[in-house]
Amino acid sequence: MQPETAIGRVADAALTEVDPPLDYPDYVGTRLRAPKSPLVLVPSSLSELTGPVFGDGPLGETDADLTRQHPGEPLGERIVVSGRVLGSDGKPLPRQLVEIWQANAAGRYRHAVDTHAAPLDPNFTGWGRCLTDDDGSYRFTTVLPGAYPWGNHPNAWRPKHIHFSLFGRAFTERLITQMYFPGDPLFPFDPIFNSIRDESARRRLVSTFDLELTRPDWALGFRFDIVLGGREATPLEEPHDD
Amino acid sequence: MTDAALTPSQTAGPYLEIGLIGGPISSRLVDESDPRAIRLSGALLDGAREPVPDGLIEIWQANAAGRYAHPADAREELPVEEGFTGFGRSATDAAGRFALVTVKPGRVPWADGRLQAPHLLVGVFARGLLKRVATRMYFPDEETANAEDPVLLGLAPEERATLIAREDGGLLRFDIVLQGPGQTTFFAV
Repeated sequence: MQPETAIGRVADAALTEVDPPLDYPDYVGTRLRAPKSPLVLVPSSLSELTGPVFGDGPLGETDADLTRQHPGEPLGERIVVSGRVLGSDGKPLPRQLVEIWQANAAGRYRHAVDTHAAPLDPNFTGWGRCLTDDDGSYRFTTVLPGAYPWGNHPNAWRPKHIHFSLFGRAFTERLITQMYFPGDPLFPFDPIFNSIRDESARRRLVSTFDLELTRPDWALGFRFDIVLGGREATPLEEPHDD
Repeated sequence: MTDAALTPSQTAGPYLEIGLIGGPISSRLVDESDPRAIRLSGALLDGAREPVPDGLIEIWQANAAGRYAHPADAREELPVEEGFTGFGRSATDAAGRFALVTVKPGRVPWADGRLQAPHLLVGVFARGLLKRVATRMYFPDEETANAEDPVLLGLAPEERATLIAREDGGLLRFDIVLQGPGQTTFFAV
């Protein structure tokens, strides 16, 4: 068999230069869910090098403004979240579907599973979607999500975050991640954030306050750029053990 | 390699339905009345064989003629089907079950030009998964094509067995086991 079409195996722990490992017991939810067998490494074919195209997907007028999806305005600190979606070559990715979801300002999700004793907001559902424009830019208007407790360990709280879903240009580039806010005091205590081994990679999930995005007398602006690329990149020689 | 530093993954968490269900992406890639429609169903199970009730299954596939609805598939001799995106998703329910309606894709070439058997790429997200896990689903009535599929040929028999759906009273059944004995074979993509 020729080397370029060989099928190999790779330990997930060697694929953590950017992404977290699957097996990360500090995040209790991984313990029964993280696959333990080595991953199969196959050369990319047309199957992996293509992916969904949403260039003209039907979106509603208020899909990117989470403060205008109900008759009244949600409570909380109004914010603008904007940035660019780029390929690993640094080029903007236009017409990309960006999907987000988040807790309300009190730290409560509109979901049957969320039983946190914080109020729901009748004027906030917490989803948004938009397409990037020609220079790869997206923009949402929403409210600052609250931090909330979760049962992972005693007195566990998630830092404020917004979930992001992105597609890129191929199946290999699909990404779901979370955007955080600058200076959150909960960072050192959050196993999900700290599951990313590389500190500079973790920092890339923290948005920056941006006065240029900030709308006078209306909303603070936060910038969050996203870079998408294939994950199959060369595995590290050895997993980090820090 | 890469010029810009990639954005890392984080778990989709238990509330992914809020953002990912109800939008433009459906679990029906074709209408159920389409004579070619295949109903695909399965359960997402954890290492204790308990259902995963907060997961998301996504599929990506070529159309029935074997062409991807993507500009990188430049095989003009194969038809593009208007309205067929090749992509769908289903959240799992309290029993860990997902359900999708699609068509069997045609065969597409592998990296070395050999034909692959009809297959779907499958992505799985859930609370407890810090990044997507990816697998492939093959069809039980494609024994000849499966026997010469370059990916299946590179796997041990027990690994291969986890990737082939089974016929189940008019449904195509494909269970996904995240961990433990009988774990589904996952791919680094």
